[in-house]
Amino acid sequence: MNIAFTTKGTTWDAAMDPRFGRTDFFLIYDIDGDDLIEFDNRAIAAEAHGAGPQTAQKLFEFQPDILITGNGPGGNAARVLEQSAVKVFIGAGDMTVLEAYQAYQTGQLTEI
Amino acid sequence: MKIAIASGKGGTGKTTLATNLASYLAETGPVILVDLDVEEPNSGLFIHGRELAAETRYSLVPEWDADRCSFCGLCQTICNFNAIVDLGDRIMLFPELCHSCHACSELCPDEALPMKSRRIGRLRYIQAERLDFVESRLDIGQEQAVPLINQTLDFVGGRFRNGTLQLLDSPPGTACPAIAATRTADHVILVTEPTPFGLHDLKLAVATMQALDQPFSVVINRGGQTDNMIADYCKQQAIPVLAGFANDRRVAELYSRGRLIYDQLPEFKQQLAKIATFVTSQEGIKA
Amino acid sequence: MQEIVIISGKGGTGKTSLVAAFAQLSKTELVVADCDVDAADLYLLMHPDFRLEQAFLSGEKAQLDQNGCDQCGLCQAACRFEAIELRAEQYTINALDCEGCGYCARVCPTGAISMVEQKAGDWYRSTTRFGGAMVHARLGIAAENSGKLVSLVKNEARKLAQRKGLETILVDGSPGIGCPVISSLSGADLAILVTEPTISGFHDLKRVRRLVEKFHIRIGCIINKFDLNPEITDQIQDWLDRESISLVARLPYSDVFTEAMTRGQTAIEYSNGTLSQSIRNSWDAILQLNNER
Repeated sequence: MNIAFTTKGTTWDAAMDPRFGRTDFFLIYDIDGDDLIEFDNRAIAAEAHGAGPQTAQKLFEFQPDILITGNGPGGNAARVLEQSAVKVFIGAGDMTVLEAYQAYQTGQLTEI
Repeated sequence: MKIAIASGKGGTGKTTLATNLASYLAETGPVILVDLDVEEPNSGLFIHGRELAAETRYSLVPEWDADRCSFCGLCQTICNFNAIVDLGDRIMLFPELCHSCHACSELCPDEALPMKSRRIGRLRYIQAERLDFVESRLDIGQEQAVPLINQTLDFVGGRFRNGTLQLLDSPPGTACPAIAATRTADHVILVTEPTPFGLHDLKLAVATMQALDQPFSVVINRGGQTDNMIADYCKQQAIPVLAGFANDRRVAELYSRGRLIYDQLPEFKQQLAKIATFVTSQEGIKA
Repeated sequence: MQEIVIISGKGGTGKTSLVAAFAQLSKTELVVADCDVDAADLYLLMHPDFRLEQAFLSGEKAQLDQNGCDQCGLCQAACRFEAIELRAEQYTINALDCEGCGYCARVCPTGAISMVEQKAGDWYRSTTRFGGAMVHARLGIAAENSGKLVSLVKNEARKLAQRKGLETILVDGSPGIGCPVISSLSGADLAILVTEPTISGFHDLKRVRRLVEKFHIRIGCIINKFDLNPEITDQIQDWLDRESISLVARLPYSDVFTEAMTRGQTAIEYSNGTLSQSIRNSWDAILQLNNER
């Protein structure tokens, strides 16, 4: 199972990025292989318009099962994510990646 | 003759001036009021009449033909507006981000992105008691105001004789919609208020008019007894000030009820008359 | 960290005046981010020191190198915006008409057209006269606000808050319902919608509400000039009830906002009357709403 996080950095103690479309990085945690993969999204974050769907497309390529983020993708990004089976959990914008993961495990995040 | 009524920011009383001026001028000659503030057209709240035409307006955007597509991904690379997303087994389009440049459609090697009409808004042509009124309204979720503004100007241009006076209620600000609405006008009236905010936004609007090489003048709204910051600035810059409306709570109340002002408040009408005289004199110059 | 965004659909509702008063009340406790970049007026009340200035690049425009042009005219045929003209036997690109789609550059067989990123404006990091920090921006003529610029301003505000150990960011949000306002709301914790009891004000309020909904953000509402039209104020309040949106405050129609602004002051600085008290109460109510999570 793969869990994606929107983040400001590339380690477990990095801060979460509360934004979806203009997040700095993605971290993808592969639970089975205990592997943390990073994706640098800053080029997309620098687009004037339409960052949301482009970011969603990148995420789509990683085929995550779970997405953990701040307050959720905007309308256009949500439309792309709807094409995949990813479950979106929000409310982790103010945490570190590790805290967000733990909050998810203990059921403290809201699924949308 | 086309007169645009514009302002550097919203909430300065642009629509109040446009609707009152149009009605007042219509007492003596034919006038068309055109609401080009297509994202938030409010003139219609003050002008009532019989609807003579209502047209859905369209723009051309690409449509994905799944059977033809070979998923080469070129379209996503081409689109500078991020309106296309290639998901590997399907292409998603975001028409509200599309600028209708046709590049993806015409450069697609599979001809899998034909351009199709897509609704962007609605235009209405209303005959009020004394004046003609045309408004266009962008659908919710649409972001491209400029094509609808241009289509509305074309509609008005095709429908009315050249000699008829057109008053264009323009979108606020100094970005593309405001430019599209004011650049074809013969003269632009900038509405502002005598506050630091008003002055700041007026300066931006003035710089925009100068960049467009458009003749313009200023109307001061919600003026007080003591403050002359706009008048001083205009004097220093040699910008004509056509009129000044006093700050009056009764105007705000009438506005909130969707009522015209000048037939209720003589002071307001007096200032409006000054602007009307100027507009009429411009028509003289043009003729 | 918490982000409180103050937004309103249409202009002229008093949003910026309120943000300035709130910023003064909280003194050095927060960072203010001015994302209303189309009408970036907040600085007129905050008097920031423009300590750090940086250019903001956004959007491309086509540029034609005459030396490389063999006058085939393909660019003109491709352009849907009538931005390319044959003038004195030379193709010229009118920057005002160019929308930056890049079609001309793609079809040019000699590569004489390049897409050049444009300077859209400047952004600043400042300290205000209240001692607080502020991030703000200014756009050039015909430059448009964008999600990118709003995102940059908010991001810098966040960094600044982190460095100074501050918990709260107060955002003067962008108007409308497009990309900039989406970026204003993205990552926010609480949105305060400022409205006025006019037909258009109520209409805008509903539109903005639909947008905020998508972001799962708590919402509060301030009705400014509530006594201008008691009927519409009642309608708005009924609607807020139905939508379960907290009414943070009702503020009376008052010349104090304008008079204060004329002096470059905030409303609470200029007058100590009932309006000032109402504004203070509003800010307390906003902070309370923010803590209720």
